[in-house]
Formats: sequence, C-alpha cells, structure tokens
Amino acid sequence: MNRYTILIYTENFIGILNRITIIFTRRGINIDALTASESRLDGIHKITIECAVTEEQIIQLVKQIEKITDVIKAYYFMDTEVVYQEIALYKLPIDSLDASLEKVIRQYNAHIIAAEKEFVVIEFTGHKEDTQALLETLKPYNLLEFSRSGRVAIAKPRFSVSEYLNNQTL
Amino acid sequence: MIRGADIVVRSLIAENAKHIFGYPGGAIMPVYDALYDYSDQIRHVLTRHEQGAIHAAQGYARVSGQVGVALATSGPGATNLITGLADAMIDSTPLVCITGQVAAHLLGTDAFQETDVVGISMPVTKWNIQVRRAEDIAPAIAKGFHIARSGRPGPVLIDITKNAQTEAGEFNYVPCLSIRSYRPYFEIKKDEVQKAAELIKAAQRPYVLYGQGVVIGKAEAELKAFLDKTGIPAACTLLGSGAISEEHPSYVGKLGMHGNYAPNMLTNHCDVLIAIGMRFDDRVTGDLKRYAKQAKVVHLELDPAEINKNVFADAPVLGDCKQSLSMLTEAVEINSHDEWLSRFKELELLEKESVIANDLSPTKVGLTMGEVIRFINQYKADDAILVTDVGQHQMIAWRYFDYKTSKTQVTSGGLGTMGFALPAALGAQMYDYSRQVICVVGDGGIQMTIQELGTIMQTKAPVKVVLLNNNFLGMVRQWQQMFFDRRYSFTELDNPDFIKLAEAYSIKASKVSVRDGLSEAVADMFLHDGPYFLEVVVEKEDNVFPMIATGCSVEEVRLS
Ligand SMILES: Cc1ncc(C[n+]2csc(CCOP(=O)(O)OP(=O)(O)O)c2C)c(N)n1
Repeated sequence: MNRYTILIYTENFIGILNRITIIFTRRGINIDALTASESRLDGIHKITIECAVTEEQIIQLVKQIEKITDVIKAYYFMDTEVVYQEIALYKLPIDSLDASLEKVIRQYNAHIIAAEKEFVVIEFTGHKEDTQALLETLKPYNLLEFSRSGRVAIAKPRFSVSEYLNNQTL
Repeated sequence: MIRGADIVVRSLIAENAKHIFGYPGGAIMPVYDALYDYSDQIRHVLTRHEQGAIHAAQGYARVSGQVGVALATSGPGATNLITGLADAMIDSTPLVCITGQVAAHLLGTDAFQETDVVGISMPVTKWNIQVRRAEDIAPAIAKGFHIARSGRPGPVLIDITKNAQTEAGEFNYVPCLSIRSYRPYFEIKKDEVQKAAELIKAAQRPYVLYGQGVVIGKAEAELKAFLDKTGIPAACTLLGSGAISEEHPSYVGKLGMHGNYAPNMLTNHCDVLIAIGMRFDDRVTGDLKRYAKQAKVVHLELDPAEINKNVFADAPVLGDCKQSLSMLTEAVEINSHDEWLSRFKELELLEKESVIANDLSPTKVGLTMGEVIRFINQYKADDAILVTDVGQHQMIAWRYFDYKTSKTQVTSGGLGTMGFALPAALGAQMYDYSRQVICVVGDGGIQMTIQELGTIMQTKAPVKVVLLNNNFLGMVRQWQQMFFDRRYSFTELDNPDFIKLAEAYSIKASKVSVRDGLSEAVADMFLHDGPYFLEVVVEKEDNVFPMIATGCSVEEVRLS
C-alpha cells in the first residue's frame, strides 16, 4: 500500500462529490482526507483526495473517476511528487497560556490567531506528522479542541488542465 | 414560451424517439397531459409496472441500436426503475429515463412521493440530473441523449420537478454534440495497433474473444474481415453472440460458465489472446489467477477503465473497435490456422457426444429445453430475435439458438435480472412488428414480471412467449444439486395454470408435455398471427453442461 494524492478537476455541478466518493465506497476503500474548492480556472473545481491503496487500485480508481461525465481530468501522485500541507487549529483555555506554552508556539512556528476571554486558538500548518506532534505536545496544556483539515496539494510534475481543455478536439 | 411538459415531449421528438415506455403518476402528470397532444408523433406504451417499462426500453434499445426511453412518476415509480438502470449500466444499454419529482419548493421536506432518485440512482447511471426549471429541460434531455448513446453507452436519468413541467419556458432544441469534461472516443494510436499486429503476426495459436462491444460499435463486418484474413479461431461472450455468423469458419463457440467446452479449455492453450469489445467478466474468465497466463493479451476496447481491470493487456488498443479492427486487419498478414482450429473441432466432438446429443435429441422420456430450441430453430425466421430471461433456459437457449445475424439476442448478461425477458421482448417487438420476437423464459422468472402480459394484450405485440416450465428455480436447483448435497431449499414452485392465465389476457396459448406434438406446437406458434404463449413442460431436474464451477479455472470445465 502506498499513500497517494488524487487531484480531480471537475465541473461545478451538484452531486459530483457524491459520484466520486461512491467509487471508493463500492470498493471498500477509505478516504483519509478530502478537500474541495474552486481552482485557478473559472467554474472548475479542484478536489483533493488522500488515500492509502495499492498501485493497481489507484490506477483503477483514477480511471473510474475520470469516467464520470462531469470530471474533466484526474491525476494521482505519490507523496514525493506533490507539495502538500494541512492546517490544524488547537483550542486551549486562556489560563494555560504561560511562558512554557509560548515557547512551544515559537518552537513550532505556530500562531495564536484568536484570543478570547476564556480561550486561545493556535494555528499551525504542516504535514500530518508535524501537526500531530504539536497535538501531542499540547495535550498536557489542557487542550480543549483540535481540528485538522484535509490535505491541499500542488503537483510537482507540470500539467495543465486549461491546456488539456483547449486541446480537446470536440 | 411553452409549458415545460411540452418541452419534454418535443425534446424527445427532436431526438427522434418513436416509442416511450412508461407509467403515470402525480408528479409526471403534466408530461402525460402533453403526450396526449403528440400521440401521432410519438407512441407511448403503458406497461403494467415501471420495471416493465424500463426493461421494455432496454429491449427496444438493444435491437434498434437507438436510445430507449422510459417515463415514470416520482417516489415508487422512480425507485421501480432502479433494477433496469443497474441492468442497463452493466450491459452498456443506452437509455434516457425521465422521472417526475415533487415541486422544487417541496424538495427535502419528505413531501408525498418524494424520493432522492438522483441520489439513489447515482451508482447505476452513466449520468443523472435534476431539473427544476422549464428552460433547463431541453438542454438536459439533449445532454442526456448524447451521453446515453456515445462512447460506451449507458443509462441516463433526468428527474424533473413538477413545477418545471407546469411552468413555461423558451423552447429551441439544440442537440448536444460535445461536453468539455466528457471524452467518449479516443483517437486510435497507430503504434498500439502496430504492437498488437506484431504480436498477432508472431503468434502460433492466436485466439479471438469477442463481446458486445462489436455489436455496439457496429463492427460486425470489420470483425468478419479480420477473421477472414487471419483465419484465427474466434469465440463469443453471451452478449457478443450473433456478431458474426456461427457458420463462419473461424467461429468456434461460446465462452464462459456454460459456454462450450473447447473455447473455454483452449483459452489456456493459446499464445496470443485477442479480446475485442469484451470486459473479462468473471463468468467468462473463471479463476483469474489461472486464466490465460501463458498468453500475451491484445485488448481492443473503448473504455479505458476496462483495460487492465481484470486481465493485464500486453498490447491494449484504446478506441472504437470498428476503426481499430480495420486498422489491425490492414496491419496483419493473410494467414490460416487450420491445425489450431482442428483442436477446437476435436474437443467439440467430445462435447457433442457427451452433452449436445442428449440435449438436442434426447432418448429419455422427459422433454429437454434443448430440443425445444431445436424446433424453434427449425421454424424461426433468419432474423428472429431471441429474448431470454435468467437461468437454465437462458443458458440452453444461448447455447443452441441459431444466431444468423447481429442484434438478434437480448438478455440480461451482467446483472442476470430475472423478470427481464417478458418486458424486454415486448420492447424489442415494439421496435419492429414484422420481426419475430421469441421470448424464452422460465417459470420462476416469468412470474416476476408476468403482469406485462397485459401490455402485450393491449398493444397486440406479436411476441412468441415460450415458457420452459420445470417447476423449479432450475438454475438454483442445479447448484443445490451439485454443491449443496441436493438439498432443494425453497426452489420448487407450485405454479398457476399458465395457460388459463395467458388466456385471461386474451393471448392464444397451448401447452405441451410430451415429445409427440412438440414440433407441431412450435410450428403453430410461428404460424399464429399475433401474440402466442407456448408452455412446454420439461424435465424437472435437468442440468446445464458444460460448466465451470465458481472459482474454477477455464480448464476445469466439466462435461457432466
Ligand atoms: C431478480 C433475481 N432474483 C434471483 C436471481 C437468482 N437466480 C438466478 S437463476 C434463478 C432461477 C431461475 O428459475 P427459472 O426462472 O424457473 O428458470 P430456470 O433456471 O428453471 O430455467 C434464480 C432464482 C436472479 N438472477 N434474479
């Protein structure tokens, strides 16, 4: 099994995410993380999926995803072929904010992005191992809540969806 | 501006739909109201169940090569379509199904007869959409037809809210010719063809397997030309039957669980396997780990997701096989493979002696399904269409029916849907009243959609129904006999008087239980002008052979 990132460019139609996820459900494959947002191109959405599967599985998954009428193009990459990040937020009681906690925040290059009467929220961006390490470090500080995003990724190999669209001999 | 419901009907007419199969209800009533005005341009067939409507549309699509159209109301009407959608999806049948939906402002409120049919049908449609405004109807139908029939065909569902049907919108039908996110066809790569041609040229024992892709791609003549030139033995899948004449010198028989002995056995003896428009279904391959491991594989296929899915292709040729076949024919040399072909003939003799003779000309008292098919062959027209249900009769009819031309076979292949045959036969017949349509069906399966006798009565579609009655769910019983110690758990049927039932629907019917008179009964059926119901009581515990049991290799095909 390998860890893969799938980048999917789709039309922005209702139900498209559902069509993509049932491809995984049907094959009993777990989606580890999923993010969706607009892409650089007007009207085209980019969906990023992270999963751990075999090479045979990833090839089949991506072919099935591309088969969806409203999917423009799908690519898959190994971790070494993408630049990726995840963002994590940590909520702690205000009274745990002491010198030692501030030191931790500095060490990790994390940021306090909200400070309220009762709590602070710390933001930290990195790979899962990094955000996980900070999570472990913060637990003794009476961590109240933790939230981590799915991966967002940019592929290193050059490919262009807009070029692909232009080259479509329709 | 015209009413959305009129847009629906006029869009269907613009797509040249001549027949639609459907069943009305609250959420689709405006469309039914509109249909009333266009009955001179489009014929609606009222089935007795929505499953019947969609199977009829499938039968229609399969023999016509056109998009079949089915119509249903929201909620239960829409959910009754699901089996047919799944069937059409796996058998690549082009369909456009239109369902009514509750008014847009009621969506998500659990309104009367609201179901999320777009959600439910997602895994079993090539594409689906919900339309909530009158002006979006025509573009959705245009897109639906394009998607259903292009590339690898499949079913499309368009869910139209009631308000969209009653509100008015501009109507200006623009056919859909392309969609930027959708690539139905691929340019064939010359180097892929070349690589395939090299493998074929070097082969000592090449072997062609062809499937429904040849029929869908209208590549029958190209396949014949390829075989004429190369002399390579060729075997068909269930849905590929009829693509070439069974009298062609290259034709060696049928593949799969109940296919012929030689074609299965020799799959593991060829050196180059040339798969054309087929997807290596497990019913064809048996145990994949022991399937054609010795062979290099050439795969001509339109759907990229099928390449390397089950069997690795050394030389895949992506693209429409009509084109790739003629390119391949050009690139290979004139050849013959008489010695290799003769190995098929030798094994065929074995099958003839131990299976076929007893099936077709039995000496025992009870009638066999095989001899019924033999008499059908004797009296049928060359272009007669065989529609079968699912079970033993399906396999026997497939094995022995005399396929003379393409598109003469309609059956539920990938899904194995019991209840498919009767409505599918009706649909096939609606396409062409002048063709013989023979519906061979089991006593189990016919009772799943037997209500469609009512549709046959009403349309007077001259379907010839041949019920092969063994008073068992025969195929399941066979498995119980072979793999479950003959423990016939809930497979024996107490059946109704089928003749009375057919007659209740004003369908002429007769019943045969002994060999004497079988021939005449079949002949009479074909002579009758109009629908006919022939019940043949066959041996209760006959089995279908050859057989490759589940999990076995093609080489382990059994003759008894
Ligand atoms: C809808 C559906 N339910 C169950 C099955 C499982 N099944 C396959 S063949 C068969 C028996 C069919 O019996 P019958 O229609 O009498 O035909 P026979 O095999 O006797 O020719 C059954 C139950 C199926 N294929 N489809």
